Amino acid sequence: MLKQTEGSRAIAQAIALCRPEVICAYPITPQTHIVEALGEMVKSQELGRCEFINVESEFAALSVAIGASAAGARTYTATSSQGLLFMAEAVYNAAGLGLPIVMTIGNRAIGAPINIWNDHSDSMSMRDAGWIQLYAETNQEALDLHIQAFRLAEELSCPVMVCVDGFILTHAYDRVDIPDQGAVDSFLPPFEPRQVLDPSEPVTIGAMVGPEAFTEVRYLAHHKQLRALKLIPQLSSAFKAKFGRSSGGLIRGYRVADAETIVVALGSVNGTIQEVVDEMRDAGAKIGSVSICSFRPFPLAAVRDTLHRAKRVVVIEKCLAVGLGGIVSDGVRKALSGIVLKGYTVIAGLGGRAITRASLKQLFEDATNDELEQVTFLDLNADIVQHELEREAKTRRPGPTAEAILRRVGTVASQIG
Amino acid sequence: MEMQPVKFYQTGTFTVGNRLLAEQERSVQANMDRTNSINSGHRACQGCGEALGARYAIDAAMRAARNQLIAANATGCLEVFSTPYPETSWQIPWIHSLFGNTAAVASGIAAAMRVKGRRHVRVIAQGGDGGTTDIGFGCLSGMFERNDDVLYICYDNEAYMNTGVQRSSATPAAARTATTPAVGHDPGNVFGQGKNVPLIAMAHGIPYVATASVANLRDLERKVTFAMGIDGARYIHIHVPCPLGWGSLPADTIKIARLAVESGLFPLFEAEHGEITGRTKIRHKVPVEDYLRLQKRFAHLFGDPPERARLALIQAVAERNIARFGLL
Repeated sequence: MLKQTEGSRAIAQAIALCRPEVICAYPITPQTHIVEALGEMVKSQELGRCEFINVESEFAALSVAIGASAAGARTYTATSSQGLLFMAEAVYNAAGLGLPIVMTIGNRAIGAPINIWNDHSDSMSMRDAGWIQLYAETNQEALDLHIQAFRLAEELSCPVMVCVDGFILTHAYDRVDIPDQGAVDSFLPPFEPRQVLDPSEPVTIGAMVGPEAFTEVRYLAHHKQLRALKLIPQLSSAFKAKFGRSSGGLIRGYRVADAETIVVALGSVNGTIQEVVDEMRDAGAKIGSVSICSFRPFPLAAVRDTLHRAKRVVVIEKCLAVGLGGIVSDGVRKALSGIVLKGYTVIAGLGGRAITRASLKQLFEDATNDELEQVTFLDLNADIVQHELEREAKTRRPGPTAEAILRRVGTVASQIG
Repeated sequence: MEMQPVKFYQTGTFTVGNRLLAEQERSVQANMDRTNSINSGHRACQGCGEALGARYAIDAAMRAARNQLIAANATGCLEVFSTPYPETSWQIPWIHSLFGNTAAVASGIAAAMRVKGRRHVRVIAQGGDGGTTDIGFGCLSGMFERNDDVLYICYDNEAYMNTGVQRSSATPAAARTATTPAVGHDPGNVFGQGKNVPLIAMAHGIPYVATASVANLRDLERKVTFAMGIDGARYIHIHVPCPLGWGSLPADTIKIARLAVESGLFPLFEAEHGEITGRTKIRHKVPVEDYLRLQKRFAHLFGDPPERARLALIQAVAERNIARFGLL
């Protein structure tokens, strides 16, 4: 059924179609609309046989999910930003215990300074927690990925994060095709847990493991992700066969066949990148792009296959490894081990800074001419940075940095994306 | 033939011997059909009050739940000594997730049982005082206020024993721990700190709150059994001496627990929906010194000369409990 709806509502619809049994949530912008919609569906019995639990923190949200999942219930939660950090200990624990929880991340920056807008700092901070991480390009894909996520999680007994750009997707009204219940039921079988707390067959879950076995347990977690590398494309194909559209998979190339310059990115910014690629292709540039959907497991082989003929690779990152540069770039470089080409890291869209077609076009042209620094901050206001550095150099106690910059900048609404 | 006097009570205690009682009046633990939910072979220290308390509590809960029980466990001594990989003492479905989230994990299990129409499967959460009164306090309070169908049992040995005896918010005044050393002015833990979680639990208005002691195991079993007959959030706080952390003899665990009760330092009471409904009267009141002297963590109070002023402050705590809960 085609419907013009908000991204969060579309995701909530997808979750409801997956017949979750326990949903727990603690509110944080921009995740709120998803769990509000689900709460309403449970209360109105539109979503039957489901417990909706309002908890006192994100740490409790994921902990309730851990208990519910271990007791054999299909379990869902959602969070963003500080919320994901607040539940960090439970994020690792859910993966370590191998519990197939699905969690939406409405991607948002991490403070300080506090910022509610979109970037990927939150989910990137948990990239090595043992969860599968899928990044949605559009609202349709966000909806579709959640349906695939439950099947993926439950086949592997591994938790899955579906990462959806906060506001840009979660709060955008777009047309989505909402599948019918019968189709989802035939794609996603009922949850049959691989381990369950059941008095008729008592098991101990979460025992202390020492040096004699810890490495093996951790290796098997890694092995699970390697299996996901095969399963994710299979599920994407099965999804296409059932629902008639492509969603998910490891990576997607766009006009990469003869491209000399290839841009790599995650999530919604790929739409803008593709438009710029089209524009530059029209002008004769040999440029293409790659959207990475599965960031964990990281598809080293698929990335290598797609990028190895390029002359240069530009990685657009909505996150920053402070003191290093890019996070996605590291994986891309690992994928290209032994291949000589130019690699550029571009930090863009931090804290909701709009990534415009004009800026990207200039950036890609500079890249094509190999006039980029190895690490570039897109649309960085060098004057403001310089002024602040000088101000801070003048006195021993210059006061807080962020507030001083805010005073100088004033409000620039056009830079809020 | 010479007459033998019948010893109805064990020497020095008020404990009725099980063999002198009718079959149906005997404790769960005295019954051959007890489940041994936490089985032998675990790695607890000699004289561990927590192992004893957990054994009685969980077996009583199992009987009350007709063996349909799932337990969530906080990180801590009980978790570590009961599950040395690849062995486990637990004969019931049991999960350990983290230190501070046990109440929430139990809430999740209870939600799963509710949604699956398996409400006859009951859920217990358990942790030490650190996992309950400190790091797990947020999740505990959340579980209470939602009135989730969980019995939470706190085994209170008054410090972080698993990490090497550091102070918790349940550590009593003057007690020596690794982080409240017996040096300097006013050695040991400071006065006027700490929190009373049973009273805080009562403030949530939950259906049932009780304190219990390993010195009174029949009473402990009775309280667990009563709690298992109620739906909603329930809390039992059990005082469990720790020979290692308290510097006491393993053989004195029960004795010390009893002196804590009889001195008034650990009042035994029950409450329903925020109102106290019962208390265990003190039979032979003893001065707090009798309790403190058996523990090296208080040894600095008994130097030459003894710290009379601070001992009086501890006695005052006991007197306040006695007056507040009507223990005499």
